[in-house]
Amino acid sequence: MSVLRLLQLMRRTGRVAEAAPDLPEQWDGVPAALSGSVQIRHVDAGSCNGCEIEIGAVFGPVYDAERYGARLVASPRHADVLLVTGVVTRNMTEALVRTVEATPRPRLVIAVGDCARNCGVFTDGHAVVGSVSDVVDVDLEVAGCPPEPDHIIAALRSVTGR
Amino acid sequence: MNWTATAVALFQVLVATLVAPLVIGITRQTRARLEGRAGAGILQPWRDLLKLLRKETLQANGVSWISSVGPIIVMASSLLVAALLPLISTITLPLVPDDLFVVVSVLLIGTVAVALIGLDAGSAFGGMGSSRHMMIAALVEPTVLVAVYALSIPAGSSLLSSIVATRLDAPAVILSPVSLLAVVALFVAVLAETGRLPVDNPSTHLELTMVHEAMILESSGRDLAWLELGSWLRLSALLGLVANLMIPWGLATDATVLALVIGTIALLVKLTVFAAALGAGEVFLAKLRLFRVPELLAGSFVLAFLAVTASYLVT
Repeated sequence: MSVLRLLQLMRRTGRVAEAAPDLPEQWDGVPAALSGSVQIRHVDAGSCNGCEIEIGAVFGPVYDAERYGARLVASPRHADVLLVTGVVTRNMTEALVRTVEATPRPRLVIAVGDCARNCGVFTDGHAVVGSVSDVVDVDLEVAGCPPEPDHIIAALRSVTGR
Repeated sequence: MNWTATAVALFQVLVATLVAPLVIGITRQTRARLEGRAGAGILQPWRDLLKLLRKETLQANGVSWISSVGPIIVMASSLLVAALLPLISTITLPLVPDDLFVVVSVLLIGTVAVALIGLDAGSAFGGMGSSRHMMIAALVEPTVLVAVYALSIPAGSSLLSSIVATRLDAPAVILSPVSLLAVVALFVAVLAETGRLPVDNPSTHLELTMVHEAMILESSGRDLAWLELGSWLRLSALLGLVANLMIPWGLATDATVLALVIGTIALLVKLTVFAAALGAGEVFLAKLRLFRVPELLAGSFVLAFLAVTASYLVT
C-alpha cells in the first residue's frame, strides 16, 4: 500500500479505540511494585485457541489494553503477569512450572477461561493433568468460554490500577 | 581540571537520562495514535523502568560475571556518549575530547557488551541475536566514521562540538550537498545502530526476527532496567546529535545559566519533533529481511562516501 493511500486510510479511520469503561474494583493483593505498569507473558498450556483470539482482541486497537499500562512481552524474564489459558496438558506441565519459576517476583498468575479454571469441556481427558491451579499457584481468574475481552481487561486493570 | 565544563557535561547527562524514556514514550504514543489506538501515554516507559528496578533480578543457570557486569557497561557507555556529544552546549571536556573516534569507540563498547550478554546465557536466540548485532555493527561503524569525516571537512576538526559550532556560525554549510548526503547517511546509520525499523523491530514478539530483543531475553529486573535505559539513552543522544547537525540553533556556546536554559529547551523541542517524526515514519515501514539489511547499509555508506568525494569537488 502506498504512503498516500495509507495516509488516507488513517484519516478516514481516525480513532478505533473505544472509550475506556469505568475503573473496576481494585484487587487488594496487588504488589505495590506493579501499579501502573504490567508486562504480560501469555502461556498456552493446552488451549483450543478460543482464549488466544480474545487475548489478541484485548491488545488490538479496539480494546487497546496498552493504554492501561499492560503490555505483552517476549520473555517470562521480562514479565510480571502470566496469562495462562487452557487445561494443563501432560506435555505442557513442566514447561508451565518452569515458566512460572523463570518469572521474577513479584509475579502474578492469571488463569484465563473456563478450561484454565476447572478444565471445562476437557475434564478427564486422557492428556489432561488438571486445571492451572492444580499445577501452579493462581492469583486471579477470568471466567468464560471464551472470556469476553472486557472481562480480561477488567482483570488486568484491577492489577495496574489505571 | 575545568570545573565549568564538567558541571555542564553532568547537567547534560542528567537531562538526557531524564528525557530518554520520554523520547521512547513519544515515539510509541505517536505510533499508537496513528494506528487508531489510545496509547499508554508518554510517561509509560518511566513507569516500566521504575517497576523493573523494584523487581527481583533473576539470571539463567550457569551464567558468568558478564551477565552481571554487562548491563552496567552498557549503561556507562551510553552515559559517556550523552556526556560527550554536543546536545545542550558546544563546551567540551578538556580531558576527554568529543572526537569522532572517541565517540564511535565508546558506542562500540556498549554494542560489544550487549552482544556478550546475548551469548552468555547460552540460549540459541541470544547467540543468533548477537551474531546479527555484530554484523550490523560492522556495517554501521564505517558509515558513521565516513559520514562524520565528511562533516568535519568544513570545520577542519573531527571534534563533534566544533563541527556543530561551525554549522551554527555559518548556516549555509547545512544545506550544502555534502552536508545533506552525510546527514542522511548518518541518520540511516543511527537507526541501524539503535535497533529501529527498518533494521530491527523494537516491538517484535517473534524470536526469529529479533536482533536487540533476542540478546536481552534472559535479563530481568535491575539488569533489564539498565539495558533498556542504556539503549533508550543511546537513541536519544544520537537523535539529539542528528537534530543538532540539522538545526544547530539554540545550542549553548558559553556556560552562562541563560544559555544553558535555552539550550535545554531547544534540545527538548528538537527531541520531541524528531521522536514524533520517528514514530510517524515507522508506521509506514516494515522490517527489512535480514539479508537485505547489508544493501540498505551499503547504500548509506555510498552516500557517506559520495559526501566525502563531493567535499573535495564542490567547494
